[in-house]
Amino acid sequence: MGRHIKNQEDTRPKRGPGRKARKQPDPDFNEAKPRNPRRVAKKQAKLNEMKKKQAEIKQRKASKKQAEAKEESEEEMETVSFMEEEAVVEGEVEEQSEEEESEEEEEVEKMPLFTDANEEMESKISLIPRDSDDEDDDDFELPDDEPELDDDDEDDDESEEDSDEDAGEKTMEDDDADDDVQINVSEVDHFVLPSGQEIELEKTQPPSLDIVKERMEKVMWILAQFSRNPDPTKKRKEYKAVLKHDLCTYYSYNEFLMGEFYELFKLEELRQFLDANETQRPMTIRTNTLKTKRRQLAQNLIARGVNLDPLEKWSKVGLVVYDSPVAIGATTEYLAGHYMLQGASSFTPVMALAPQPGERILDMCAAPGGKTTYIAQLMKNTGMIFANDVNKKRLDAVKANVHRLGVSNTVISNYDARSFPAVIGNFSRVLLDAPCSGTGVISKDPSVKMNKDETDLNRCSHLQKELILAAIDSCDAKSKNGGYIVYCTCSIMVEENEDVVDYALKKRNVKLVPTGLEGFGVDGFTKYRHHRFHPSLKLTKRYYPHIHNMDGFYVAKFKKFSNTIPVSKNSKVEEADVEEFTTTAPKKRRRCEHLDTNAQALPT
Amino acid sequence: MRPLTQPETKILFEKLDKYIGENIKKLIERPDGTYCFRLHRERVYYVAEEIMKCAANTSHANLASLGVCFGKFTRNRKFMMKITALDYMAPYAKYKVWVKPGSEQSFLYGNHVLKSGLGRITDGTPRNQGVIIYSMSDTPLGFGASAMSTTDCRKCAPMSIIAFHHADLGEYIRNEDLLT
Repeated sequence: MGRHIKNQEDTRPKRGPGRKARKQPDPDFNEAKPRNPRRVAKKQAKLNEMKKKQAEIKQRKASKKQAEAKEESEEEMETVSFMEEEAVVEGEVEEQSEEEESEEEEEVEKMPLFTDANEEMESKISLIPRDSDDEDDDDFELPDDEPELDDDDEDDDESEEDSDEDAGEKTMEDDDADDDVQINVSEVDHFVLPSGQEIELEKTQPPSLDIVKERMEKVMWILAQFSRNPDPTKKRKEYKAVLKHDLCTYYSYNEFLMGEFYELFKLEELRQFLDANETQRPMTIRTNTLKTKRRQLAQNLIARGVNLDPLEKWSKVGLVVYDSPVAIGATTEYLAGHYMLQGASSFTPVMALAPQPGERILDMCAAPGGKTTYIAQLMKNTGMIFANDVNKKRLDAVKANVHRLGVSNTVISNYDARSFPAVIGNFSRVLLDAPCSGTGVISKDPSVKMNKDETDLNRCSHLQKELILAAIDSCDAKSKNGGYIVYCTCSIMVEENEDVVDYALKKRNVKLVPTGLEGFGVDGFTKYRHHRFHPSLKLTKRYYPHIHNMDGFYVAKFKKFSNTIPVSKNSKVEEADVEEFTTTAPKKRRRCEHLDTNAQALPT
Repeated sequence: MRPLTQPETKILFEKLDKYIGENIKKLIERPDGTYCFRLHRERVYYVAEEIMKCAANTSHANLASLGVCFGKFTRNRKFMMKITALDYMAPYAKYKVWVKPGSEQSFLYGNHVLKSGLGRITDGTPRNQGVIIYSMSDTPLGFGASAMSTTDCRKCAPMSIIAFHHADLGEYIRNEDLLT
């Protein structure tokens, strides 16, 4: 405690506008505030000194003036003799003025707080419409000021309205201050964090977005400069706390989510990300190559008056729709199944999966069927797709889309995806678009901002881990050209993305391979906060709305190199897994599997 | 999921015959594999055999759809053809009706085809014949039944119905959940 105060004493600025920023509350003349007697005594001593100095100055000036006055009066006396009326009048006037002056001086002398030298300041101060704080004015005069220890206590009692006024006052004080460095420092530096009282006040009132925004920008500016202009009196975390709270208010997030995003992004990027979540991403459609070609479709839609463009060079089937006089989801071409409304980021996992004609593909969470139909068109309606979704209502959408787009090689089922290898296994490729918290698609569903908290995230993460193990077990490592699993989510949270992928790498015989989406997208994290992931995680891809102008997304591609399941040291859990999900070992050998010499060497 | 019984197959083929005539053979004997019809929850699915075998793994309650749904059997064992079968009927259609661009939307909303909206019609269309309805750009829009023969069409009044509406593409939006 004592140490804390000592540091403050040593390093706080002793003069200049910074100090004045800390306004004291209105003085209560009725009740004497309990003051530290030592401090009071010091102050009193200072005051007395100052009074003496001022008195001296006054005397000097007064004596000067008297000397001048005497000279003038002598002159007047001379003139009176020559020019009676005028001289008398002048002399009287002058005398009167002198008298007035002397009276003023006397009056001023009676108030020892102000000196002639400070008449300017006096007039300026009187312009400020607020209650006078005599002690503050006092202190301003002192050239060598002790740090105002009282101000420390009263820091927390300030109101924010005054801070704006302070800004106004500060500029005037800046002008008067001799210190050039202080003048160059902008108003932002004098920004003061809101006090506890103030925060309480804000809680009761509806937030004023302008004030919040202004404060937010100031704090962001300060934090950006923090390492360069350290103000040891304020810790970074105080600013951080205020900023997070303001961001939550301004953008309507809950504290947990804002905290997570704060860790994910740098400040500037965070702002861009949050702004991007407020606006919609451009509408994109995917040409159904089973029925038409992109060029033909574009021509047909343009003939209807739709304004569109091919979607960037990484996609051969995508089109961006800028505006359209007709509803894009109701044109004859749409009904005929020539295209499907699909977000650009949803193209990426299917491109990563790269299904070949004639393969068996499993799509574990297929609703509403955009990715399933894309897989079908890449396979040219050959092979077999098993589209599954746990939600029966959403399954109707899958059925409708599959039929509308003319896909004929699909079986649509309604299982819990975790039951998968048991129902049917040995797929060449598996696509898992896992259910997630949806933090990448906030622009589509703003309720995510307030709804999602830590328990939701943990639940999602747990479910995704179960699903990814089921997905890996459903895949056949020995299939020709196959053995690939693509895991994707529409979320940017590390707990749902890199964490799950890392878990899969530990639990099963899989490795990460390049997604095939090189050239755009941010690499996945290999470390984040306290997490340390496998280095191959940089092969996964992240997409952000503010960088790529697509929904937030995450794609990871695994290659399964062995069908056996590694047995970990937690033998109880693993034995159960091994019994249920081993796809290649025949049932008879279950008990003796560990003695099977043909089994692959398990990673230790 | 089970294969169709003999009576059910008969009813189905009769219905198909109305729209595509003797081209039913082309549906079953296809160069790229053997296709078959299967019944699941009163709905008829047209599916390749390999896919059908995979689908056999799924339990009754959990199977939602396989291949292409052609239609459903009603309570009285009549077969109602659904719009989802259009892709397999349109290439083999015997009798076609083309609709003018202005009346396209009207048909897609579920209305019958009127004389005022009629663009073209295949010559020699008899009455009460299953027809496939196209737009002027040769996109199949749905199917129905002709209300009058081609020769009668030329003579009739502008607001008379040429073809009854059975199914149209607009059902993908209107009746999405009742489709399959």
